[in-house]
Amino acid sequence: MRPPELKPEHFNGYLPEARKLVVGYIGTLRRLPLSFLPSLLREVVDYDFRFPVERRAVERELATLSSLSADALDMWCKELAQIQISPKLESFDWINAPAQFVEQLSAYLWTTHQLDAFREAAVQYSSRLQAAVSAEQPPVPRLGITVVGQGVGVYEEAVFRKLRPHGAYFSRIKPDGGLEQLLNVVTARAKAHPVAYGHWYVDGGKAVAHDSVLTCVSYDGLEPARATLLRSIRSETERPGMGPEALRSLMARLRPSDLGLGTGDEVLDRFQVKILTEGSGTQIFSTTFAQWTAREVLRRAQPVTMLVRFAPRQRQKPMNELLSGNSDHVDFDPVGSLVDGEMGAYYNWLNQERLPGAEESSFLVWFENHGDAVAVGPGMARGTVSSTAADIGQVISWMS
Amino acid sequence: MGGTLLRSSGLVRAATVPKRKKVVVITFGGGARDQETFAAEGQENIPHLMKDLIPQSTFFTQVVNRGILGHYVATASLATGVYETVNNFASLPPEHPTAFEYFRKDLKRPASDAWVVAPSNGFNRIGESNHRSYGSGLGARVLLPKHLLTAATSGGRDFEHLLRDNYETPFYAPELGGGEIELEQLEQILKLSVDEFKKKALTLSSPDELSVYIARQLMKQMAPSILWITMHDIDIAHAGAYSLYIEGIRRTDRLCADLWKTIQSEPEYAGNTTLFILPDFGRDSDDDSGGNGFQHHRTGDALSRTTWMMAMGAGVREGAVFDRPVETIDLVPTLGSMLGFTASFARGKPMAELL
Repeated sequence: MRPPELKPEHFNGYLPEARKLVVGYIGTLRRLPLSFLPSLLREVVDYDFRFPVERRAVERELATLSSLSADALDMWCKELAQIQISPKLESFDWINAPAQFVEQLSAYLWTTHQLDAFREAAVQYSSRLQAAVSAEQPPVPRLGITVVGQGVGVYEEAVFRKLRPHGAYFSRIKPDGGLEQLLNVVTARAKAHPVAYGHWYVDGGKAVAHDSVLTCVSYDGLEPARATLLRSIRSETERPGMGPEALRSLMARLRPSDLGLGTGDEVLDRFQVKILTEGSGTQIFSTTFAQWTAREVLRRAQPVTMLVRFAPRQRQKPMNELLSGNSDHVDFDPVGSLVDGEMGAYYNWLNQERLPGAEESSFLVWFENHGDAVAVGPGMARGTVSSTAADIGQVISWMS
Repeated sequence: MGGTLLRSSGLVRAATVPKRKKVVVITFGGGARDQETFAAEGQENIPHLMKDLIPQSTFFTQVVNRGILGHYVATASLATGVYETVNNFASLPPEHPTAFEYFRKDLKRPASDAWVVAPSNGFNRIGESNHRSYGSGLGARVLLPKHLLTAATSGGRDFEHLLRDNYETPFYAPELGGGEIELEQLEQILKLSVDEFKKKALTLSSPDELSVYIARQLMKQMAPSILWITMHDIDIAHAGAYSLYIEGIRRTDRLCADLWKTIQSEPEYAGNTTLFILPDFGRDSDDDSGGNGFQHHRTGDALSRTTWMMAMGAGVREGAVFDRPVETIDLVPTLGSMLGFTASFARGKPMAELL
């Protein structure tokens, strides 16, 4: 089917609010190229369970597209319209399975050497959209905190080399009670500026005691869901004809109830399922889990505050053993996990910098139970070094 | 009369017959970015390449892969000189003739003279295309060290760390076919008993270490003129653990140096062999919000497409650096010029800097 043939009844399989949204803009959707429309529908199909900021973003995008004249809309999408789509892709059920269409489109673009052209077309479209739509600013400047190195004793290598040029490096943080201070800061912000899904605590191990005002995701907390998923993966891969792509498609269709998840918050449950089913390595390495979760929280929920704590991951073993979910005698690798966490912290900062209000945002990374930290923010001179003894809470107060 | 006799002596003739040119190609690891290798901040991860190999090599700083960034299809493209479009996740032969087929057909070389040592089960068809002008049996023979090990050990737990597959396709199970062929390869080609092999394997720490061990044994026993070794440990990056990706790079750096030492010390290879080392492609940039940095190679951005290549040994200038962009498909035509075959269907161009 091609976009001009769209009718309201084609969206009968959508959730109620999603259906109402797309049917309201069906005239606009009919004019969009097939190389792009399923990507947009992918953001809409589970609209009912998206974070508030995501819902508002897609509403703004649809409203903006709808406000354009026919000629202006054609101009906006002209590069995307030049991407050739195969008849096989055209006949795919891209309305009800837009994510799967996008995966197949991706493979098709590679094979037909159109990926670079598509990338360029997507960048052009995004630039036009960003110029036309004001980004939603956070109610207060964002604060991101990453804690790394849990379980590491003496460590001689220099830490935070990638972040030091961007902020102030502190070498004599008083480590005692550091994590508690950070949680207190995050909790105070959440209480002072209540925003749905606006304040997060992500733990790569077992979450420590925290206020329920924070949205919390932890690797240990998802252990039952991970174990169920790994069992499902093992059983599916034994079936004839099951390859990596088919397995990905299968995992993408899993729902919280399939993994025994049910916190009562379907938005959070679905988010957690996607972390486990769409993130490579999140099922087996806690450091990958922490970094990918942070990335997705930043991208989708655009938090005002986020505290991410890395924990030791298991040592590398044969893949079949890692995927077996067998938790008998797990060997941990704290030093390797510290290296993972350092890169994760850098990526957390980079991803936070991509959000609106970046010029006012602050970011802190701390080597847990050690004296090292880097603070990046409007109050911090770049590339400086401080050997003043300070509490981590004091550093946070200097950052804004 | 004594002089005439001496000149016609077989011994003298043998001493003056030049050794046949040989080429060894190593694909570096399964996607490595410049910033973790040759960029300033990455050089600490490749001490052997920096200190031992670069000074002896011609180095290309911009080698661009404009094709599909999947390991099997990219390696197949390197081997054919054409951007192949076969399904990366299926075990299919390349559609265009490989360097091995050109070499064997043009120069009438036997099957024993071209070998591939490949890490991953999906690579077992890379030695030979299904191109109608070449036909079956004209390509390289492929050794899959993991298959050899599984056949020799019947899947013993002590060796599982050497059998792990790449994370891009973690669920492929080796098709063992009873293990008879593999046991035959061990005995007749590599001249290894099962016990010797098992004993050695216990001392190795990764699949690429196993591959290099097998490659060195092949060099000793068969001395093929073309040997292609595909390394893959670095691909653990897909699991998202940065420390394991760096560990893979450091190990691959060491293994490349080990292989170069072997080339220089093996009588059949010393002085007449050109070694090429190059990644199949890079990985995504930290600056592209469409990716997740080092973890994957999905965006097709410049960093994921552009890496480097070094060539050293016979006929190669030492200490030369070239910034001119070349493409990965230029490798096969270059090999053709060096070894004396015509890569008729390849789309790349010979790299004049090496000829």
